[in-house]
Amino acid sequence: MSLTSLTAAALGKKIRAGEISVKEAVEDALIEIRKKESDLNSFVTVDEEGAYRQAQEIQKKIEAGELNSVLAGVPAAVKDNLCTKGLLTTCGSKMLSDFVPVYTAHAVCRLQEAGAVILGKTNMDEFAMGSTTETSYYGPVKNPWNLSHVPGGSSGGSCAAVAAEECAYALGSDTGGSIRQPSAFCGVTGIKPTYGTVSRYGLIAYASSFDQIGPIAKTVEDCAAVLEVLASYDAKDSTSLRRGDTDFTNALIDDVAGMKIGIPREYLEKGLDAEVRQAVLKAADVLKDKGAIVEEFDLSLAEYAVPAYYVVACAEAGSNLERFDGVKYGWRAGQYKGLHQMYKKTRSQGFGQEVKRRIMLGSFVLSSGYYEAYYLKALRTKALIKNAFDQAFARFDIILGPTAPTTAPRIGESLTDPIKMYLGDIYTAAVNLAGLPGISIPVGTDSKGLPIGMQLIGGCFGEKKIIRAAYAFEKTRTYERCPYAGRHKAAACTKKDLSSENVRGQENE
Amino acid sequence: MTDKISNKISDETLEYVGILAKLELTCDEKAAAKKDMENMLAYIDKLNELDTSGVEPMSHVFQTVNVFREDIVTNGDGHIDTLANAPACTEQSFAVPKTVVQEETAV
Amino acid sequence: MNEYETVIGLEVHVELATKTKIFCGCPTAFGARPNVHTCPVCTGMPGALPVLNKKAVEYAAAVGIAAGCEITEYSKFDRKNYFYPDNPQNYQISQLYMPLCRNGSIKIETEEGEKTVGIHEIHMEEDAGKLIHDLYDDVSLVDYNRSGVPLIEIVSEPDMRSAKEVTAYLDKLRTIIQYLGASDCKLQEGSMRADVNLSVRRKGTAQLGTRTEMKNLNSFKAITRAIENEAKRQIGLLESGGTVVQETRRWDDAKGCSYVMRSKEDAQDYRYFPEPDLVPVVMSREWLEQIRERQPELRDEKRKRYKEQYGLPDYDADIITGSKKLADLFEAAADLCKKPKKVSNWLMGETMRLLKESGKEPEEIIFTPENLAKIVDLADSGEVTNTVAKEVFAEVFDHNADPVRYVQDKGLKSVNDEDRLRSVIAQVIAGHPKSVEDFHNGRHKAVGFLVGQTMKAMEGKANPVMVNQILKEMLSHSCSAHK
Repeated sequence: MSLTSLTAAALGKKIRAGEISVKEAVEDALIEIRKKESDLNSFVTVDEEGAYRQAQEIQKKIEAGELNSVLAGVPAAVKDNLCTKGLLTTCGSKMLSDFVPVYTAHAVCRLQEAGAVILGKTNMDEFAMGSTTETSYYGPVKNPWNLSHVPGGSSGGSCAAVAAEECAYALGSDTGGSIRQPSAFCGVTGIKPTYGTVSRYGLIAYASSFDQIGPIAKTVEDCAAVLEVLASYDAKDSTSLRRGDTDFTNALIDDVAGMKIGIPREYLEKGLDAEVRQAVLKAADVLKDKGAIVEEFDLSLAEYAVPAYYVVACAEAGSNLERFDGVKYGWRAGQYKGLHQMYKKTRSQGFGQEVKRRIMLGSFVLSSGYYEAYYLKALRTKALIKNAFDQAFARFDIILGPTAPTTAPRIGESLTDPIKMYLGDIYTAAVNLAGLPGISIPVGTDSKGLPIGMQLIGGCFGEKKIIRAAYAFEKTRTYERCPYAGRHKAAACTKKDLSSENVRGQENE
Repeated sequence: MTDKISNKISDETLEYVGILAKLELTCDEKAAAKKDMENMLAYIDKLNELDTSGVEPMSHVFQTVNVFREDIVTNGDGHIDTLANAPACTEQSFAVPKTVVQEETAV
Repeated sequence: MNEYETVIGLEVHVELATKTKIFCGCPTAFGARPNVHTCPVCTGMPGALPVLNKKAVEYAAAVGIAAGCEITEYSKFDRKNYFYPDNPQNYQISQLYMPLCRNGSIKIETEEGEKTVGIHEIHMEEDAGKLIHDLYDDVSLVDYNRSGVPLIEIVSEPDMRSAKEVTAYLDKLRTIIQYLGASDCKLQEGSMRADVNLSVRRKGTAQLGTRTEMKNLNSFKAITRAIENEAKRQIGLLESGGTVVQETRRWDDAKGCSYVMRSKEDAQDYRYFPEPDLVPVVMSREWLEQIRERQPELRDEKRKRYKEQYGLPDYDADIITGSKKLADLFEAAADLCKKPKKVSNWLMGETMRLLKESGKEPEEIIFTPENLAKIVDLADSGEVTNTVAKEVFAEVFDHNADPVRYVQDKGLKSVNDEDRLRSVIAQVIAGHPKSVEDFHNGRHKAVGFLVGQTMKAMEGKANPVMVNQILKEMLSHSCSAHK
């Protein structure tokens, strides 16, 4: 049995107790990665050499009593939009296909300080723009539950890696649902914290006012433990908050008696897959049976969240991505006459279609004559939506609903109809708009055998409540292991070589 | 409120947005981009159903203000790191192609 | 031409004198090799984030207060998006919607009298890096040392009507800002940059004409020339039936004309939107009070104080307080040697002369108040002649030489040895019988000649007072001897 089938908590315990070495844990993870990567493609870069080096250092520190974090020695993966000093960071894009950051993101530093072993960088939708991880320049990621289906996005690589047991846990980022939705599609747990809880310094920005970094793992306990390490005030991020309540593992209490749970009627309307609906309502009943008070209510404005989200996100993204111009870092076009052509060719050839689409929309909604009608309108909508949530949380402790309206679609079916794809963010995007915390936990599988996820949304700084409810629910079932995870051989015939210079030049379309 | 006219993206608009965003599209891409933009704007037009009169646009979700740093030097010589990923550099500087610009002599 | 009125507004960018950049801890110090003072933040690296320098805010508010502005209680930052290599993120963090200061004014004085120039607003923003175009043919070089240096942009109302008013305004602005210590405002070094917005209209009309914006004005002279040139160009256009196009022009001082930098590639649509990575700045009353209290004495107060405390006449006080550097030198030196009027004379006399000769501004003076005080004492003591004193001062001016040591090293002290003087004078008298005769015949001016000859023989190092005394004494003896 591979050590990667253990939870991070269990693994960490064994390592600290001296039952297994960090090196062994790392070895097992790398074996799984080698076995499975040709099927999954969840990693852009696997840093074998670095992982063994870290293992050695961390083992020493543990033995010297210098590291006593739950995460010490536990192998993890990091989404490839988080800067890692000396390690290729691509954002799933051709534009950064040779970019090696000179510093490490604050969140990753926190993990390193706790003794985590970073195995490598996971695949993602290009610049975090997407819901299926099909827009990556490095090829799509496959869902370990069914290799013909997408893992979700944009943190598809991280979620697939965790579900397939290539690593104990992973970091993702969430701007409109990018941690929660792929967690749901892959049958794992993922948390997006309250905005400002985890420093964004070193996270390559998509939409600055929505982006948050969060953990993806097999259990709520693991997620809480990782989030506790990640959450800290960072003076380098002006939007970073000083919170006194980040001891999230203290919320791992199996007790929801009296907890007021609200289910928005709008979330259960048309567009929601019948099996997903059934599974989520059944899960709500489980919590009811445990003493929670579950009630349906009207969360008005739900239908306006996605358009408002896209206007603001595209506007900010269009601006954040202006820095990719072939001047200071990243890819530069080969042929051009003069500066402006260099800009245009570099960006037109370096960015994929979805990214270009969103940049153009973003530039448009901010342009002269449209700023008021689109951008300011969206910001006013955002204010109203936040208000609607605030009012809801005056009545309820948490809000419950599906994470996504469907289970994972087949590969190749989503990109042709972008609007339909955006609508998939209907339950998650509003949470980013309002800056609230959200968790997705697995509640079962559909008739196709694909995982279904349930989302719990907390009020501002309400992580502990959603963690508690999620934990209580989780305690009523056993973790449903993805069948692929226990596989001994790769499904595909060809095995790919896993060196640290693992940059695949597959064109996306 | 916003006229549906704005949802029809003209060639000029597409070219204008391309100049702003420094993107150039091939002829094929242009047709698809136009359609995409129109679809997205039609979708976003949904926001016009909402009465937001009297509502302040909300930039930041929290009321945090006055986040500062002190005026103390914390960084040393950064040129090695800064140039580490440069696509082209010389004389410790980034090298970029010159702007090809039309100059007009005045009075 | 006289039927037309020139209407001018200025946008002045000033680099603030903070130690570090506006959003990161890189030094703002000038003169380093390219890209030394850089970090991920000021070079726009992926994932880097800005954090606002508190001192920059305080300097900006201080300038606003001194310019009579309302300080906005709640101000925030916006992104100005445009592509250019000196702009690492291809957006500049600035303030459009809620600038820090608004609605101020500055009083200026010209030959025509006093006038008020309105200040529309003052806002904070970050500076861009530097592009070097002339080293290679096909490639420009980018240096981000200057990227992120804090700037304030001072936008005036279009209240000025002539180049003279413009220079008076800039001079006044510069004095105020220097006095606050907020910037050294050196036009030549670029810590103060002025863009001129100019339009013309027939006298008597209320409507403003179309204006052009002029950049690359690196000295008061260039500004004056550019204004006169542009007014003439616009009037010429209108007179010949053409129209003025709103455009940005680049002034070429060497050629004495301006160029339009026209580019299809630049839509000039900056798509301003609120900067999501920064939070708003709230200027509470308490904080404003603190800044106000810390405000150093401004020029007018200083001028008054110099008259009262040091007894300087109006004229002197006016000139000395014209530059903070001069004022500081004056006060420190005067406090050392306790001879304010003499210090003032040296500053207004020799110092100004040498500044003019070398084309320098008072801010570029390198000598210390200690050395200034020493030269005052030295000249006053009579230990050296006036001529020698001036010569020594030139060394003080050029190299901040210690006057006392210099005189010692070069042996410049006036000779006060009476016996030596007597013997030299005796020789001079003996050598110039004609002059002696002239003197005795009532031509007292002949003394001067003899003094001159004595000084020559002494290589200028004789104490002139003593020479005069002894010479007259010896001459009268010879006279009586004559008779």
